[in-house]
Amino acid sequence: MLKKFIIVIEDTGEEFTCTPERNVLKAMEQLGRKGIPVGCRGGGCGVCRVQVVGNGLYRTGKMSREQVPAEDEEKGICLACKLFPEGDLNLKVLGKWQNIFLNGTQLQK
Amino acid sequence: MSFTGVMRPGHAAIRVMDMDESVTYYTERLGLIKTDEDDQGRVYLKAWDELDCFSIVLREADAPGIDYTGYKTYSRADMDDLVKKLEDYGIDIEWIADGELNNCGERARFQTPSGHSFELYADKKQIGDGLGRVNPNPWPEGLKGMQVYRFDHVLLYGPKIIETTKIFTDVLGFDLTERVLSPEGEMNVSFVSCSNKAHDLAFVEYPEPNKLHHVSFMLMTWEEVLRAADLMSMHDISIDIGPTRHGITRGRTIYFFDPSGNRNEVFCGDYTWYPDREPITWTAEELGRAIFYHDRRLNENFLTVVT
Ligand code: FES
Ligand SMILES: [Fe+2]
Repeated sequence: MLKKFIIVIEDTGEEFTCTPERNVLKAMEQLGRKGIPVGCRGGGCGVCRVQVVGNGLYRTGKMSREQVPAEDEEKGICLACKLFPEGDLNLKVLGKWQNIFLNGTQLQK
Repeated sequence: MSFTGVMRPGHAAIRVMDMDESVTYYTERLGLIKTDEDDQGRVYLKAWDELDCFSIVLREADAPGIDYTGYKTYSRADMDDLVKKLEDYGIDIEWIADGELNNCGERARFQTPSGHSFELYADKKQIGDGLGRVNPNPWPEGLKGMQVYRFDHVLLYGPKIIETTKIFTDVLGFDLTERVLSPEGEMNVSFVSCSNKAHDLAFVEYPEPNKLHHVSFMLMTWEEVLRAADLMSMHDISIDIGPTRHGITRGRTIYFFDPSGNRNEVFCGDYTWYPDREPITWTAEELGRAIFYHDRRLNENFLTVVT
């Protein structure tokens, strides 16, 4: 029988299921759910940064050290596109798109 | 011969997080050919239509991104002349020894205010395209994946792109071909060419230095771009956006990501640049159309996802 875990995005209350072989970001996208920003899907850009809240069980694939330094990793911070659940998970969304051209105006110089 | 000085983007050194997975992607999917590997574990690749022995160098690291972009000059005399001009302009040169990259001559490396490393070099071993220079066939058999023709350009994100662009236009002889102006009238996107292409390099103003937006490879036809997109779905490659058209450069394009999250592009059909043209200007209100001509709105993912 295929194991399925429940993923809850605390920020929005969004809930979906994910198998241990599938990364959380992909599960979210495939079910048409939203809540975690989607970027490269390869553990490189950091846009999908999340924090596992509580003691959820999970494993991670290779993630950019620039986006997840070792001290962050200890706090349960990881990239959703490299996050594989091994139990139900509650997540807080940390990553976001920086809109550098808001309404055609550059925000930061 | 009217084509001297900086000839073309000759190599990009890209950081990947898993070498085996990345080599499979760059060879089987993009269709580059692996030509070499060195004692540091770096892997050298070329596109089939390039004659020099490599244009992409992969290095395994714990974070993706770009180490440097190299531009090939027509001759060593041209390179020395340009290096002198860079020094006179106040730019420090770091000399990288002949052979530090296999089969590549001495390189003159410098940093731009955007935080990126660039190199000039004049010598790299040519191994050809397998077709020869006498009565050649039009293409070799046995190519894989998207069958890209060449490494074409990089688009880089960083601060101070006005100053950075000036180094290429005022010192290295590039032409500004297109630019985007902010509502205040300041250039915040620049496209520059060292050849007859619509661009050989591009910059976008961004607060964080030394970021890679994409490494681009050329195809010849729209049909080939569509076929590349088909291959992406066949092999579950992460697609960013496309196939679609750019307003800027008119290119027909698709963006996607390598296994480490570095953005790649395959495109076809930009225009021919001549140095007697005025650069094209895009205004802030039309930026959506400038970037994706059909969508006509700003795409947050495309604008802000970088490595
Ligand atoms: S989407 Fe880029 S790191 Fe997850
Ligand atoms: Fe491009």
